Amino acid sequence: MLLAKVIGNVVATQKNQRYEGTRVMLCRQITPAGEEMDNTLLALDSVSAGEGDIVLIVQEGWGASTASTGKAGAAIDSAIVGVVDYIDLLPDEKINRVK
Amino acid sequence: MQLARVIGTVVSTIKDESLEGRKFLIVQTLDADLQAKGKPQVALDAAGAGIGELVFWCRGKEASFPFKRDSTPTDCTIVGIVDSDSHVFKFRNP
Repeated sequence: MLLAKVIGNVVATQKNQRYEGTRVMLCRQITPAGEEMDNTLLALDSVSAGEGDIVLIVQEGWGASTASTGKAGAAIDSAIVGVVDYIDLLPDEKINRVK
Repeated sequence: MQLARVIGTVVSTIKDESLEGRKFLIVQTLDADLQAKGKPQVALDAAGAGIGELVFWCRGKEASFPFKRDSTPTDCTIVGIVDSDSHVFKFRNP
């Protein structure tokens, strides 16, 4: 799983039918210390994540598909499966509360 | 999934029979600012996309799920078409 910040969303009317009713969120990967990385990705929402939330994204088809559509076997490679309350790091890794 | 622009098509006559009738498109992956990121690659189409359109694609084993999943060899499939460039919303202060 990776840590990311929700930075936006995407509206797509025409999409694979298994995506009906899902929310496609634009996310930017962050380090555990909260620094934004270059990597951005799209992930389907399954936990009603919102603007600026730090989230957990699973990048594995079975889990992502089950979490976001309730059924396995859809062409979905990333899903938001949790909203992070805070991250505790060892002191030498910089303790950083993200919320 | 990643945002991408369809920048071309590929025509292939001799191919795996599970790819018969499928459309190959060349996609350039984009970042959140719609700037090109990485190298272009070939994607299979599962959304009815065309050249010039803003789309998003799915990677890995899951890419074969819109088709005959056990026999379709693909690792990159277009699964959605973004309505327009201005339908990529970025929050003001994420």
